[in-house]
Amino acid sequence: MSNFFEKSDLTRKDVDEIVSETLRNCDDGEIYFENSKSESILLDDNKIKSSNYSSDLGFGFRAVSDEVVAYSHSNEISKEALNDSAKNLKSTLQSIKGTYNHEIPKSNNKFYDDINPIEQKTLDAKLEVLNNVNDYLRKKDSTVKQVTASFSGEQKSIEIIRSGGEALTDVRPLIRFNVSVMLEKNGRKETGVYGIGGRQSYDEYLKNDNWKNVCEEALRIASVNLDSKPAPAGEMKVVLGPGWPAILIHEAIGHGLEGDFNRKKTSAFHDLMGQKVASEGVTIVDDGTIDKRRGSLTIDDEGTPTERTVLIENGILKNFMQDRLNARLMKTKSTGSGRRENYKHIVLPRMRNTMMLSGKQTQDEMIKSVDKGIFAVSFGGGQVDITSGKFVFNCTEAYEIINGKIGSPIKGATLIGDGPSILKEVSMIGNDMMMDPGIGTCGKAGQGVPVGVAQPSILIDKMTVGGTKL
Amino acid sequence: MIKDEEYLKSKASYCIDLAKKLGSTDVSVTIGNSISETVSFRNKVLDESNRSDSLAISIETYLGKKKSSISSSNLLDENLKTLIEKCCETTKITPDDEFNSLPDKELLAKNIKDLNLYDQSHIENDKKINYLKELEETASIDKKIINTESGFTENKSNFILANSDGFCNGYKSSSFTASCVTVAKNENSMERDYEFTSKCHLNDISNPSELGKSAAEQTIKKLNPKKIGSDKLSIIFDRRISKGFLSSFSGAISASSIARGTSFLKDKLNQPIFSNSINVIDKPDLIKGMGSKCFDSEGVKTDTLKLVSNGVLNNYLVDTYNGKKLNLKSNGRSGGSTNLYFENGSVSYDDLLKSHSKILYVTETIGHGTNLVTGDYSVGATGFLIENGEFKYPVNEITIAGNFNEMFKKITLANDLDFKYSVNSPTMMIDDMTVAGK
Repeated sequence: MSNFFEKSDLTRKDVDEIVSETLRNCDDGEIYFENSKSESILLDDNKIKSSNYSSDLGFGFRAVSDEVVAYSHSNEISKEALNDSAKNLKSTLQSIKGTYNHEIPKSNNKFYDDINPIEQKTLDAKLEVLNNVNDYLRKKDSTVKQVTASFSGEQKSIEIIRSGGEALTDVRPLIRFNVSVMLEKNGRKETGVYGIGGRQSYDEYLKNDNWKNVCEEALRIASVNLDSKPAPAGEMKVVLGPGWPAILIHEAIGHGLEGDFNRKKTSAFHDLMGQKVASEGVTIVDDGTIDKRRGSLTIDDEGTPTERTVLIENGILKNFMQDRLNARLMKTKSTGSGRRENYKHIVLPRMRNTMMLSGKQTQDEMIKSVDKGIFAVSFGGGQVDITSGKFVFNCTEAYEIINGKIGSPIKGATLIGDGPSILKEVSMIGNDMMMDPGIGTCGKAGQGVPVGVAQPSILIDKMTVGGTKL
Repeated sequence: MIKDEEYLKSKASYCIDLAKKLGSTDVSVTIGNSISETVSFRNKVLDESNRSDSLAISIETYLGKKKSSISSSNLLDENLKTLIEKCCETTKITPDDEFNSLPDKELLAKNIKDLNLYDQSHIENDKKINYLKELEETASIDKKIINTESGFTENKSNFILANSDGFCNGYKSSSFTASCVTVAKNENSMERDYEFTSKCHLNDISNPSELGKSAAEQTIKKLNPKKIGSDKLSIIFDRRISKGFLSSFSGAISASSIARGTSFLKDKLNQPIFSNSINVIDKPDLIKGMGSKCFDSEGVKTDTLKLVSNGVLNNYLVDTYNGKKLNLKSNGRSGGSTNLYFENGSVSYDDLLKSHSKILYVTETIGHGTNLVTGDYSVGATGFLIENGEFKYPVNEITIAGNFNEMFKKITLANDLDFKYSVNSPTMMIDDMTVAGK
């Protein structure tokens, strides 16, 4: 655990006093200290291209009154910096009369260990794995023209101090291992990318030479794309594979169910609570409590223990995801979804691990039922326009389906749909729910946070596929 | 107050001296401080105030051809010492890379021009609030506007770049940005659009009522959108979107993508890649320019580059490391392009609208459907259908797709270039694109 005041002129008592005094007439607020250590090691073009270590320390001071948030952050931990921030907050929130809400739920659950993954594997050992990846892929296939492999690891320690002196702490490890390969055959180039990760040590993910499986998967995706044909254009049936394609759920539904957009009534879902928004059998949860997953958190960035929030149950909209501010204004409770990228940013309601639960059908049944459509196995990024509800995502591995059979691979195409109506087009739900491999980062208001997704195979009756072939 | 030059220089020389003492053969240090103050409004009342004071240091240490780096936000000497020691230790066990080196001394910037990038004006939060009040009043005149959000940010930065070959330079810059997002609603649909202004100097930003009016008008125009059928169409890209093709282009001609072989423009130097009327310029010394730079992120001098003339690719964007790999000298583009733009075309905006009987006019794209390895392009789009030069109705939930190799050769540019961003393009038309809809 970090001692944030060890090398400063601050004592714990000073901090308590400044926080309590500043937040006296506020509805909520806290000071958030963060110490993060991170590394990234990159092999590219046959060489160790970069090896970077970073350490970052700072605090963010937040005062909340009614709907107004005043925020000030600094990377200097000193009495002077804290007092400057307090002065800045008070100047924004003059003549306010709130009552501070001291209530914050408690839990003894922990979803990861207090480890520092950077220190648990030597630099030499990391370099060896990266070089092995490069040699393995280049020997394996003569069409391999470029290999990029990387480790990134982080340990983030936080301490939240609330008015009255209550303190909440968390130590969060996070790692990711990534391989990207580019193939060239007959003048055509294609890439394949695969990665794994989560909140454990590197070696948990690299056991039994698991790096080879990561290489194989990246290579397989690139090889499939080398033989791909132009994608079709227009409306058709789409079968989504299990696991990572659940970023469709994340983009199409997840963002629209975040508390802030609904309090502000800018989400297409804001007046649909209790109504049918998806086909029968569709249940979607956002879960921060899955052991050691990338999107899991013991407590959120306001100190609330995370939970498993049911968003949609059997097609009916049940809950939004809430931080403390939006929960208070919407007269409900925080779901432990208050997150921030780091101390430089304000808290927003965000997703954790967003999952669509299994149904009863098989992927085979879905494919067989489609005369003309596509089978999408993996995706790159996605994006949504919260207000109109329109969302897109980009296929990185997809095939055409003709007369109930999987046909040729097709080139990366964008799929576009309408969030509030897409889940009503789900006509089959598979029995094969799978988590993604632990690679997702969600962006909102300029802040990136690690997230997870999961889903079974699903059949969507109608989506627009953005290929070039009419 | 942002940290002054003297403070930043003393920290930089402390780091260089220490790293040299610990055996580094070469060292490079960048230290920056940036203070920004933002006030946000929502539906005509204060929503958020945010003050941010960020310090950042990054250090690269070399041992011959070995290199590694560290970064931190903690500038206390004691912390820097720990990190530099760690960096030097890491460097020792990092393998050699023959292309690692500081930039050639003769290429380092010598005369630092004053490009007028810093305005010391400070706008108090009260005044920011007045600006946003006026902006949102104007934006919400029409009853169809049901939500307004706006913000005003003042940013001041200062930085120093120093290396062990004696380079030690930096400068201050400032920016003043106001933005407005409006949501319009009627019985059939809810739509969002925006407008913003960002300048180095406070006096140059747009007036608030202009900004609010423009955001509201653009949003209301999008109500009642239709989905059109799949088709081959000519597409006009609004200036908001057309500049994005230049950003993709600059990514594809960066020396790193070329050296790695992962660009669709590899081996295209001195070949026609655009239609022969197209010229692309990268001009670092634009006075008050949003992308202006006195030197690149390695300290190398930056000259104006005519990247494309009459459709032919003349230059890559070259940094020291990848330059050595490609046997090219750095042209001062470590960190990318500066003020990048297409020169004006010869057609007026109005004539461009009338050039075909049916045109899709795109005002927004979503998704990351740009593949710089293959040049494949496929994104979600929102816009308007134009028939015989007239805006007929808004369009959404469609995708547009093509491949840059062919698209670049079919570009027609209007003559309405404006320097609103650091990357700028006139309104652009590309014929024969695939639109996927109903």
